[in-house]
This record gives sequence, C-alpha cells and structure tokens, in this order.
Amino acid sequence: MPKRNYVLVCGGTGCESSKADQIFRNLKIACTEQGITDEVQVVKTGCFGFCEQGPIVKVLPDETFYVKVTPEDAEEIITEHLVKGRKVSRLEYDTKGSTKNAKVDDIQFYQKQFRIVLRNCGVIDPENIDEYIARDGYAAVEKVLFEMSPDDVIQELKKAQLRGRGGAGFPTWLKWSFTKDVEESEKYVVCNADEGDPGAYMDRSTLEGDPHSILEAMTIAGRTCGASRGYIYIRAEYPLAIKRLKIAMQQAREYGLLGDNILGSDFSFDIEIRLGAGAFVCGEETALLASIEGERGMPRPRPPFPAVKGVWNKPTVINNVETWANIPVIILKGGDWFSKIGTEDSKGTKVFALTGKISNSGLVEVPMGTTLREIIYDIGGGIANGKKFKAVQTGGPSGGVITADYLDTPIDYGTLTSLGSMMGSGGMIIMDEDDCIVDVTKFYLGFSVEESCGKCSPCRIGGRSLYNILDRITKGEGEMADIGKMKDIGLAMKKASLCGLGQTAPNPILSTLNYFEDEYLAHIKDKRCPAGTCKELISFHILADKCIGCTACARKCPTGAITGERRQVHRIDPDLCIKCGVCLETCKFDAVFVR
Amino acid sequence: MAVADGTITFSPALNSFINEWKVKPGNLIMVLHKVQEEFGYIPRAAADKVAGMLEVPLAKIYGVITFYHFFKLEKPGKYNIQVCLGTACYLKGGSNLVDELQGLLGISINEVTKDGKFSIEGVRCVGCCGLAPVLVVGEEVHGKVTKDQLPGIIASYT
Repeated sequence: MPKRNYVLVCGGTGCESSKADQIFRNLKIACTEQGITDEVQVVKTGCFGFCEQGPIVKVLPDETFYVKVTPEDAEEIITEHLVKGRKVSRLEYDTKGSTKNAKVDDIQFYQKQFRIVLRNCGVIDPENIDEYIARDGYAAVEKVLFEMSPDDVIQELKKAQLRGRGGAGFPTWLKWSFTKDVEESEKYVVCNADEGDPGAYMDRSTLEGDPHSILEAMTIAGRTCGASRGYIYIRAEYPLAIKRLKIAMQQAREYGLLGDNILGSDFSFDIEIRLGAGAFVCGEETALLASIEGERGMPRPRPPFPAVKGVWNKPTVINNVETWANIPVIILKGGDWFSKIGTEDSKGTKVFALTGKISNSGLVEVPMGTTLREIIYDIGGGIANGKKFKAVQTGGPSGGVITADYLDTPIDYGTLTSLGSMMGSGGMIIMDEDDCIVDVTKFYLGFSVEESCGKCSPCRIGGRSLYNILDRITKGEGEMADIGKMKDIGLAMKKASLCGLGQTAPNPILSTLNYFEDEYLAHIKDKRCPAGTCKELISFHILADKCIGCTACARKCPTGAITGERRQVHRIDPDLCIKCGVCLETCKFDAVFVR
Repeated sequence: MAVADGTITFSPALNSFINEWKVKPGNLIMVLHKVQEEFGYIPRAAADKVAGMLEVPLAKIYGVITFYHFFKLEKPGKYNIQVCLGTACYLKGGSNLVDELQGLLGISINEVTKDGKFSIEGVRCVGCCGLAPVLVVGEEVHGKVTKDQLPGIIASYT
C-alpha cells in the first residue's frame, strides 16, 4: 500500500561520511515514537548528486529538499513536517530569488540536467530489488529474452548510436557485434568499474545508487552475444558499492533474474565480482583482463581485441559502468528515442563529476552538446569565493585544459578532442586564478608516472623525463629549451606507447603549453609563479601600511620568522621563512602578500 | 598471528575462503585481499603459506603484491590516516594536510608512529570529491578538513 509520505535520505558515500546513516536511523526512531510508521516510510537512496549541500533529505510527495541536515535535525523533520505539516524552513535549500519552499525542479542545480544514467539514484532504495522493478527494472531483460532476437538488440543499439563512456567513445553496438559474431561456446561479459581517474566518481555513485541496472544490462549483453558468465571488476577502495552489488546479485538470484533459466527461459547467466587493487592502468581493458586472471595488470598490444580474445582468451564484451547503465533504457524506449538526445557526433547524456573551485560541486548529468558555460555557471553556480575562472580540466591525467574563450563550445566527444582535451570518464575540475597551471600539470604527470606499469619504454622513461623537466621548471631551474624538449618527448610517447595510459599521459603538458605558454615562460624566464603556488618561486612579505602589529601572525609562525613589537609593523625574515602560508591565512587585515 | 620462527596461523574463515577459491582460475588477487583483510598487510610468512596452498611460486605472489598499490608489505598503524591526493583534494590543499600531519605525528608519509598507533598514507581519489579535501581513518571519512582540525581528529582516535 502506498504511504502518505516518503522521506528519502541520501546514502551516497559523500553523505554517508557526513553521518547520513545516523540521520536515517534517527528519522526511523522518530517515526516510531510518533506512531506514524504506517503512513511514512524512510528510505535510504543512492546519491542525489548535489554533494556540496549534503547530507540531503527529500520528502515526497511535496518534494521538499532539505540540505546540510544533521542527525539532531531528524526529530524536528518528523515532528514538525511529517506530523504537523509545517516544513522546517531553516533546513530548506535556499534558491536564489524565490527563497525557501524550493521544490527540486526549482533548484538551478537540477534544471538543466537530464537523467538517464542516474535515473534511479536518489529515487529508489538500492538495497531493495522491488523498488528497482517498480521503476521498470528488469523489463528490458524480459523484452530481450522473449521479444527480441540478438540481432534486434544490436540494431537498437546501432540506432541509438551509443558510444563507450569510459573515455574512448567506441560504438557500443560494434563492440557487441564483434563478440556476437565469433563462433565460440565460451564467452564473457565484463563491467569495468575500475574508476581510477582522480576526480571522477560517477561510476561509484551509479553502482551505489542503482546496482540492478548494471546487472540487468550485463545480462542483456550475455543474451545478445552468447555469453553465460560475467565479471564486475571493481576497485577495492569502493566498499559500499561492493556491498550493494553483492546484495543486488543475491536478490536477483532469488527472483530468478540471475542464474539458471532466467525468467523461465532457456538462457542462463551469472555474475562474479573481482576486486581491483589500486592500479590505474587496470582501467585499460587488456590490463583489466590480466588483473581478472590474477596477474600483474599489464596491457598487451591490440589486436587481437578483447571482443575476440578477452578473458581466458575467449571473446569478451567489456563496457564501462556508465555505458551499461544506458542499455536498459535504450531497450525499453528505443534507439530512436535515445538518438534524439545529444549532438550529431555524440548521442545521449554524459555524467560529469564537477569538482575543484566550483560553488556547487557534485554529479551532474546533461545531454551531450550542453555548453561548458551552462555546466559551470548555471548548474555549478560559478566559481567559489568570488574568484576568477582560469580553466576547466577534463579527461583527468589523459586530458587537457579548456580556457574561458571556449566556454560556449557544446561539449561532445569530437569538440573536446578538437580543443586538445578529451571526454575521458567525465571528471571536470575547475581551476581559479590561484591555481598554477605548471604545478597542476606536474601533479598529473606525477600521477601517470607512478601508475605506469613499466612495460614499454616510451611511457616508462618518457613520462619520468617529462616529470623531471616540470619539476625543474616549478623550482625556477627551467631553461628555454625545455619547452621544445617536452613537446618532442610528448609526441614520441603519443606515437610509441603501448596502451592508452602512455599515449595520453603527455596530453596535460601539450594542452597547457598550447593555452598557457606565458605561464611556463614566467616560470622559466622570470623565475616567477604568477599564481603564487610554486614555493621555490615565491616569497612572503608584510605591507607596512596595513600591518597594525596585532602579533597574530608572529604567534602562529612555526619557525619564528616573523618579528615585531606589539602595535609595530612586523617583518618576515626570508632566511627563516618556510613559505607555509600560515601568516597569510591568519592575517585579518590583508597585510600579508605573496610575491 | 605470525610468530618468531616465521610460521603463521590463518583463521578458519580465511582457510575456508582459500580452499573455496583454490579451484577457481585467477584467484590470487582475491586471496591476497582476504589475507590483507585479516592481518592489515601481507606478512612474508602469509605469502609463503599462500604460495603453498595455491601451489604458485612465491616470486609470482610478490610480483602481484608489489604491482598493486593496495597491497601492503609493512604493517600500518592501528589508525591508518589516508589523505586523499586526488585532483580535487590536491587543488584544495590535500598535500598541506600531509605536511601538517607529518609535523603533528613526527613521522613521514608511509611511516608508523613508535607506539604503532598512527600511520600516514597518501591515496588516490577516494571518490568524495564534493567534500575535498578529504581524509579517511579506518572506515570514517572526514570531509572539508582544515589544518586546524587535525589535532582534534587525531585526539579522537586515542
């Protein structure tokens, strides 16, 4: 029987870490105390996406959106809102203009979003299969088993023009048809959930918020391509996602949706979880296969492609979590419906993890072709703390930066590549004027060097050389010849590396050299870091006309580098200063500045 | 637990897990995860024992352990403080947290305090970018952490 009200609590990792579980329990206790458990159901859902404002509690059917809720607020929400019908206005999200009484549709963060992949995240209880089924869950697998031939499925995917969301954008229908067409009795289906890009977490949220959609999609692929076994390769660092997947698999088996003779048909399919162990390179499909086989995760040359020779040398369909999440919707609504969304080049939606110096960080899903300006300013609320936008980084360690001049570009696979960046897995990191481009590039190179498996020399040696050059530049030891050297090494790595990691590792350098050469030159020629980040190139000073001699900075300075009498102008001894920046954070009078 | 002569005892749960997985191809990484879950790291004696049980060379086991960042060869502190150094956390000062922690605990990254209580580890993205900068102690995630909060966070684990 439907309830009078539903209280949804975000159970994504971000909100869980802010005591969402305690909020959930307190809400249930309060319902019991008020004797309204028959009328009100408290549900823990997946991620709402609006992580900046978490923990989030949403009340249905009136769509009240409570933000930054604490466990202590739970009782008030129940006694005031659910019993007396008075909303707790101090917890309501404050939409600009029309304050309070915000419904979800009024919140700008959600207005330009279009949710296919995240359709059930923040809507259903991911640990309850019935809620997934109530939202058309497993209807697609039923359609595929009883109404469609494998060729029909491939045709539908072809019409949808779905491309792989892991980064490379390969047409999904083509991948599937390669595996389908191989004559072999043993085939496999693999879900790549090794989300290693630092700054991207859409796959984790999808698995935590809607695990059944992945199981359903993999079953559809199994039926289409003739595979009876599947693997989900997931990072060990995602314990909550692993737990929810295990629960989902158990429930699906009980319902006859996984295992022998699915839904009474002659088709049998089951899935096993394999854990990753912290190697970024395992996101590359051939390295991932080696890891499933229990080996060191080293890539091998392609061809043969996994579609023909994959796990245990058998034909294997590998797709990324976000790609899988699209499949059931395409089957139910049709390829024609899907291909109406997006641009000529890229169909459907893309989930981005909007992070960095942005007001509203979180997960956003938008139709392909949405502009960066819409994502950053309309959805993201612009740059945090009134700072100036500098660049947006997409594609993580394999991608590049995009500057303010290109904010109105509609984004899809093609446009991002033509700007020298790439779609990648969907990390979108906003940088402001305080971020040094050379330093951030060094960060990415450091990541790629550490994650290089070392098998091929262009990546192993080239990456290290590039990192060393960047390191020298940030220390003020760069030379003019370095720019040309980095370009040469970078191009060689792109051409000669064995796998995607090495081929794309120089992208952050090549892209920033293109848009921010001035900043490199400032470091090399003038020995100056314009953003004031590179420690070797900056010094801290006190402005005599602003210092009132409050001694706050001198008391905080860990090395005693700041001297001065009370009510007298202080000064910093450059020989003792370790440039930790504590004085800058401490001074309330803007008297400390960086040069 | 490990004793001086290098022998080691596995819990019944771990033994039965290994026996269950023994017949499955590609079992090594799954078994190592379970070993690390039990000991907090992979002691040499445990690696030896796994080699015997799965009938694989010890060299292969070390090949796998050293390839993957997740597997540890040294015992971490009782409270292993993982500081996220993913991109979002890096931009918001994650590495400053490492510096501050090193000063507060008197150890370097990947070291353990003398009393065995704390260790510091830099980790890649833990997937809470909306809460950057983030640090994780055990299963507990601390978000939007500032340097000033660190003494309090450490104190809460003593």
